[in-house]
Parts: sequence; structure tokens; C-alpha cells
Amino acid sequence: MKAIVHIRPRSGVLDPQGQAVAGALKHMGFDEVLSARQGKIIELELGDGDEQDVRQRVQKMCEHLLANTVIEDFSISIEA
Amino acid sequence: MSAAVIVFPGSNCDRDAVSALSLHTTGEVHRVWHRDTDLPKVDLVILPGGFSYGDYLRSGAIAARSPIMAAVQAHAKRGALVVGICNGFQILTETHLLPGALMRNAGLKFLCKSTPLRIENADTPFTRAYDDHGETAIPIAHHDGNYFADEDTLDRLEGQGQIVFRYMENPNGSSRDIAGITNKAGNVLGMMPHPERAIDPLTGETGGLAFFKSLARVMT
Repeated sequence: MKAIVHIRPRSGVLDPQGQAVAGALKHMGFDEVLSARQGKIIELELGDGDEQDVRQRVQKMCEHLLANTVIEDFSISIEA
Repeated sequence: MSAAVIVFPGSNCDRDAVSALSLHTTGEVHRVWHRDTDLPKVDLVILPGGFSYGDYLRSGAIAARSPIMAAVQAHAKRGALVVGICNGFQILTETHLLPGALMRNAGLKFLCKSTPLRIENADTPFTRAYDDHGETAIPIAHHDGNYFADEDTLDRLEGQGQIVFRYMENPNGSSRDIAGITNKAGNVLGMMPHPERAIDPLTGETGGLAFFKSLARVMT
């Protein structure tokens, strides 16, 4: 099974890297870009299991290591 | 009375920390590898600066989950002293021994320069040799030193005297210009500037001398 974890800065947290990305896009002529936020994706290959159990375990992985919940949010998608 | 400096893969300020302690405090200084599970009997643990685990995932995130950290947490719980310098501060927030988080500098650049600081609280084991509300200068060298915490936490840090060092010219966007804080009990300090780099006129700065003199008083 595969778990794909999206980690992004929480709203309200300063993201200067996202700002730099938006600035660069605007300089390249993409005037329609109003803002950008930069996060990360972690893909986990996992042994097979019940989807609910897998989701709970990945949730723990996120809370205990993959995301810093002071400044980051995360979401999990599971693929068989 | 003695100290331990923890060494993680990628730590690079451990030897300077050992030097500074050896020169200015009495007692043995141990370098302890992160994979050890026991600490020697010490009064002070230092988590040094550097790039533990290459800053992979987040600065200090993986080091915070190292085997030695359970012993460091127990040491802190007993009320013994812990100092996290730069990457060490990041590790302390990742273990939740200190609140908040250290984020990418607001200006995006790696900053490496002498930085004027105000001593906000000289009534701590780490700052007794400084003048209260006096000024000093200590070098910073970091990319991720922007201190963040929610407003309630920041108000509590202010109200309870937990802010120990404040930037006089905020270089990195840190909330409330915070350069160093303690936990509520006052035995754990995290700071982004490097006092161990400012103890000898040969290297241009001595603002860190009073830091080690403060520790020397407590450790004898």
C-alpha cells in the first residue's frame, strides 16, 4: 500500500519561500499569480493492511515526526 | 561538577562548546554520541550547533528522535541544566522541551554575523554574569532562526520572564525579536546565537564569555 502525505505551512505562518516562488513566477510574466505556499510530499511504501489501520498509523507518523504541528498541517491519501 | 556535549551526525559546534566549557568551567566535559542511551552523571547538557542529519525533513527533527534524547529529557525533568545552541535550540523545540518552532529566516538568506542582543533576564543560571537589561553582541550563523509561537505562548513567555535574549536589530523575523528562551522551570535554555564562538578576542568577539562565567558559578 502507498501513503502520500502532503505537508504544508499552516495558514498564518510566514512562508518566505512561497513568497520567493510567487515573486519569481511574476517576474517570468505569470502576472495572475497572487500568492504561493510551499510544502512537501512524502511518499511511503507500506506493507499491506486494513486501510483504516494504515491511515491511523500514518496519522501517528505525521504527528510524531513527518510534520511539525506547531507550524505545519498535513493530509494523507492512501492508495492500494 | 561536569557537563556533556551531545554529538549528532552533522553537529559541527561540539568541539567549540567543549573548549569553551573546559576553559571557563571546572569539572569534566564529556562528548556523548547520539546513539548512546545513557548520560554520564552531569550538571549540564549542551546540544550544540551544526547541521544534524543535514537538516533533513526539518532542522533538528531527526536528532530530536535520537536514542540519547530520552536520557536528555529525563535529565531536564530532574531540573538539571540543558542548553541548546542554534541547531540545539531547534532540537529542543522539536522535542517540546521548549515551546514554539524555528522557521526559515524571513529574509531567506543564511545569516552569519555578529548580532547585538539585549539580556532580558539576568536572573537565570545562564545569564547571572551579564548585566540585567544590558547589551552584548554574539555571532549568529543560521538559515532557520525565525522563532515562531502562537500569541498566547508568546504572551506567556513574556509574562513569565522566559525570554532571556532579544535581538536589538531583528535579523531573521523572529516573533517578539526572540533570540533565546527558557522553559517555565528555567532549567532549559535555547538560543540561536553562538556564545561558544565569542570567548576570545583572537576571534574578534567576547560577548559569550559572561555566558560561560554564569554557568561556571552554577556548576561549582
